[in-house]
Amino acid sequence: MLTVNRYKCGYCGACVGVCPAAALELVDTWIEVNDDCTKCGRCTKICPLGALELVKEAEI
Amino acid sequence: MKCDLVVVGAGPAGSMTAKVAAEAGLDVVMLEKRQEIGDPVRCAEGVSKAALKKLVELDPVWISAEVKGARIRAPDGTEIVISEDRAGAEVGYVLERKVFDRALALDAAEAGAKVMVKTRALGLLWEKGVPSGISAQFVGESLKIEAPLIIGADGVESKVGRWAGIDTALKPKDIETCAQFLVQDEKIDEEYCEFYLGNEIAPGGYVWSFPKGQSIANLGIGVLGSKANSGMPIRLLREFVKKNFPEGKVLEMMVGGVPISGPIETTTADGVILVGDAARQSDPITGGGIINAMRAGVMAGEIAADQVPKGEVGKGELMIYEKRWRETIGKQISRNFAVKEFFVDLTDDDLNRLTHSLDGVNVAELDLKGLLKVLLRQNPKLLLKLRHLIV
Repeated sequence: MLTVNRYKCGYCGACVGVCPAAALELVDTWIEVNDDCTKCGRCTKICPLGALELVKEAEI
Repeated sequence: MKCDLVVVGAGPAGSMTAKVAAEAGLDVVMLEKRQEIGDPVRCAEGVSKAALKKLVELDPVWISAEVKGARIRAPDGTEIVISEDRAGAEVGYVLERKVFDRALALDAAEAGAKVMVKTRALGLLWEKGVPSGISAQFVGESLKIEAPLIIGADGVESKVGRWAGIDTALKPKDIETCAQFLVQDEKIDEEYCEFYLGNEIAPGGYVWSFPKGQSIANLGIGVLGSKANSGMPIRLLREFVKKNFPEGKVLEMMVGGVPISGPIETTTADGVILVGDAARQSDPITGGGIINAMRAGVMAGEIAADQVPKGEVGKGELMIYEKRWRETIGKQISRNFAVKEFFVDLTDDDLNRLTHSLDGVNVAELDLKGLLKVLLRQNPKLLLKLRHLIV
């Protein structure tokens, strides 16, 4: 699943702009992820601060 | 709540739309999801002096600094200097966006628009298959605002278009992922905006220094999304600062994404118009978006004022907006997109060669288009693919 490190996130919304599933939303200072996320990983690559990560379910 | 026009987002695009529409007599509500208009900043704050003057009365309180021109530095350190008001839309003033954005929102409010902060749009309201307003959250309370026309001025993370069925998702190659520090250093050049090119410095992008006075500058980086990996912009920016401004004092950190997709297929739907970054109207070469956003805002505001009273706000009836922006700002956006597509794949050797080819040419006399013309003349083989765009 997609995880957002809120302590790293600069809440710029770049990830929201590239999400092909419109699964992300920038609300104040955090990013919300909804069930439409397809785990494509596009947002993780473009995050300027590296706050987004795809992790295997078992690791959580 | 009922009104004639809802504007989602109070950046330069939204505020200009709201102001123009309100001045023309529409009952306008403008929503801003943040608590503070203009903050946090996601911008290098550079803007063309001449272009800005045409759009708004200048106020020194939101101008941080005035610059003489731009200096472009090739990967091997070779420099070219371009003089003020001819370097494209980004040289002239460096703004204080926190003050500027608030001033534009105040202009809209004084023209009669109702501005609501900490008010987030959650989705469209629908009636008989067409949008009839916005459902929102106002300081945590739900709020419905009915309006025949909705303006999506909601920036890089725009949702309004998507709700209306317009796919505005940016591909990695169509976004620059950016980081910026506000830096104080005696070494800052206070007279010129600087651009540093190179595939190691900033893959598919550039590093910039935009001075704000008192030895302070916006020192930032843009990396092409398709060449980036997680956290690359901040990592490369830190390296750049360490190498070039080791004594630099960092006073602020900013991050953001800049659309460089060129014109998207559609920016209108039944009852919906997109403006500014939401419509991907930022310049694909420079990344500058303020002027295009404001110009599109004026067009959208005028068109809203014409169409809403007539009740003609269907997609077909809003074609007038598509036509107007594509024939004006859209032309340069299209051309610069094609030039960008070519430039992002050049090697450092190519970039050095292009810069050397300008040796002895008085580039201070040229604008961005003129510069490309000279480059084409000096490097016909390398730039063969750009020929049709410039001549």
